[in-house]
Amino acid sequence: MTRELWEGNQAMAEAAVRAGVEAYFGYPITPQTEVLEYMSRRLPELGRTFLQAESELAAINMVYGAACTGARVMSSSSSPGVSLMMEGLSYIAGTEVPVVLIDVVRGGPGLGNIAPSQGDYNQIVHGGGHGDYHPIVLAPSSVQEAVELVILAFDLAEKYRCITIVLADGSIGQMMEPVEMPLMQPMRKEYPDWAVRGAIGRERRFLSSIYIDPNDEEVMNYRLMRQWQEIEDNEVRYKTHQLEDAEYAVIGFGTAGRVALSAVRAARDEGIRVGLFRPVSLSPYPLAEIEALSRQVKGLLVVEMNAGQMLDDVLRAVKGRVPVEFYGRMGGVMPFPDEIQSEIHRLVDAPLEPNGDPRRSWLKRFAHVIDPDGTHN
Amino acid sequence: MVMTDTAQLVYQRPESLADVPTHYCPGCTHGVAHRLVAEVLDEMNLRERAIGVAPVGCSVFAYNYFDCDFVEAAHGRAPAMATGVKRVLPDRTVFTYQGDGDLAAIGMAEIVHAAGRGENITVIFINNAIFGMTGGQMAPTTLPGQTTTSSPLGRDVEQMGFPLRMCEILSTLDGTGYVVRRSLHDPKNIRMAKKAIRLAFETQARGLGFSMVELLSSCPTNWGLTPFDALRWIEEHMVPYYPLQDFKVNPEIAAARI
Repeated sequence: MTRELWEGNQAMAEAAVRAGVEAYFGYPITPQTEVLEYMSRRLPELGRTFLQAESELAAINMVYGAACTGARVMSSSSSPGVSLMMEGLSYIAGTEVPVVLIDVVRGGPGLGNIAPSQGDYNQIVHGGGHGDYHPIVLAPSSVQEAVELVILAFDLAEKYRCITIVLADGSIGQMMEPVEMPLMQPMRKEYPDWAVRGAIGRERRFLSSIYIDPNDEEVMNYRLMRQWQEIEDNEVRYKTHQLEDAEYAVIGFGTAGRVALSAVRAARDEGIRVGLFRPVSLSPYPLAEIEALSRQVKGLLVVEMNAGQMLDDVLRAVKGRVPVEFYGRMGGVMPFPDEIQSEIHRLVDAPLEPNGDPRRSWLKRFAHVIDPDGTHN
Repeated sequence: MVMTDTAQLVYQRPESLADVPTHYCPGCTHGVAHRLVAEVLDEMNLRERAIGVAPVGCSVFAYNYFDCDFVEAAHGRAPAMATGVKRVLPDRTVFTYQGDGDLAAIGMAEIVHAAGRGENITVIFINNAIFGMTGGQMAPTTLPGQTTTSSPLGRDVEQMGFPLRMCEILSTLDGTGYVVRRSLHDPKNIRMAKKAIRLAFETQARGLGFSMVELLSSCPTNWGLTPFDALRWIEEHMVPYYPLQDFKVNPEIAAARI
């Protein structure tokens, strides 16, 4: 197959097209707008549905309606827009209809900026909308992987009747890389037996997230949780590099994981036996694999483009067995490989105690940036 | 029922209405509105092709009563959800059924943009000038001076602003094909409401854009009135503020002989 140069956002959009997406509803927001723009031209030429909504709130509710018909349907947005979608996502989860969402994360909180960030980790992985539910969350570290995960996202969403979110960041969305685009899949001809498409020759159906009797709502919650545990058992995904003989490991997802790989290679050249563990499924999270890793290595370094949102999940798996260091850049700033390499040196030469507080230790090292005059006590 | 040669059936449950007990309060006009919609679905043979979108409010359970496919929207988002359904299934009849809190407060953006896009859906808008399900709070349509649990001294327009007239607002938009206001306070007006609902669904069937019928409705429970007095209250207080008229009628519908 040929490799073509694709921009990340357009590549993810085309991947969805080739996965047979029937309808896209969205709203412009940088740095994901090219997904919307691409779909606005591509879907109508294929006779499929594109609509620019009046807000992300409306977009996700259009997605909700279309998903109830059993159609393959998606939206995409970036952090502030995804915040607006949380209402709809909770309803979609409560109605158990499959939906795919791409979040091209930018710097925050608030309006923030349009630079790459991983600040949506907690909102996407650990909640967001109200009630007990879990989306599947997949994090790409290259445009090629983004294409593959978008296609996987549709299959997983439909297999489990759940929300699947591709958590990218502004750099994945905006950069161009060579991609092997998969073949176009045939459009679906048959629809699932729960789909609301008109009661032609059958009993009426309705789809809803309302269970007015608390006992029924509890049963629904049990069902969601059982389904989630099945997902935890079957859908954990991650990539490793040079971990076989590693004495130290760096853990990072998405772009942070990719930058960390450069640092790991440079440290290897210096003779440090360090490897990389890159979670691909952030939800379900590879807890057991990281626990096993913590039994193998002398120390771990977590690298993120946020204030250590995934760090808490790593600490949950490591349980104080070995020292864990943290290095994060925030607000749309990306770490450079040499910064991470210095952190690897710290981990090797002067690690924290196993039960130390990696986030406090990390923030102290940035005191001169926060408070250049040294007046803050 | 024993039918004799001379018996003539003059009143029965429409096929599009499910045979279930109602949860609506005695004297509430939701039941009348439901029946009118169901009669129109029967007359136009739409039951099997119809997909309803229920709101949040007293009619949150609308899906229990209609014998057709239904989905249940988040508060105010029914027009967006209906848009998603209709765009994927353009040959189906898609309608929302929304109260005034749902449509004119939290759902204002969704209804305005659905109308502006000329979304080919039908909206049944129940205006009873109050939030019913949460127990009688002020709605965007609450009349000046009207007492509610959140305007206990009466709606003071200086502080709480003025009621919204949705038909007047939406009929200014080019995407609308049929926008009218009717009332359910007496048999004559109920018959006129039925005809308007028919024309709204005809508008959708002919692809003429967004259609909405606003129905002035009673809420005896939260108004603190008997069912009979509540109907009089619509006539005496609501009709003067919310005139019963056609605000927008596509010429093809105006010329239609139904």
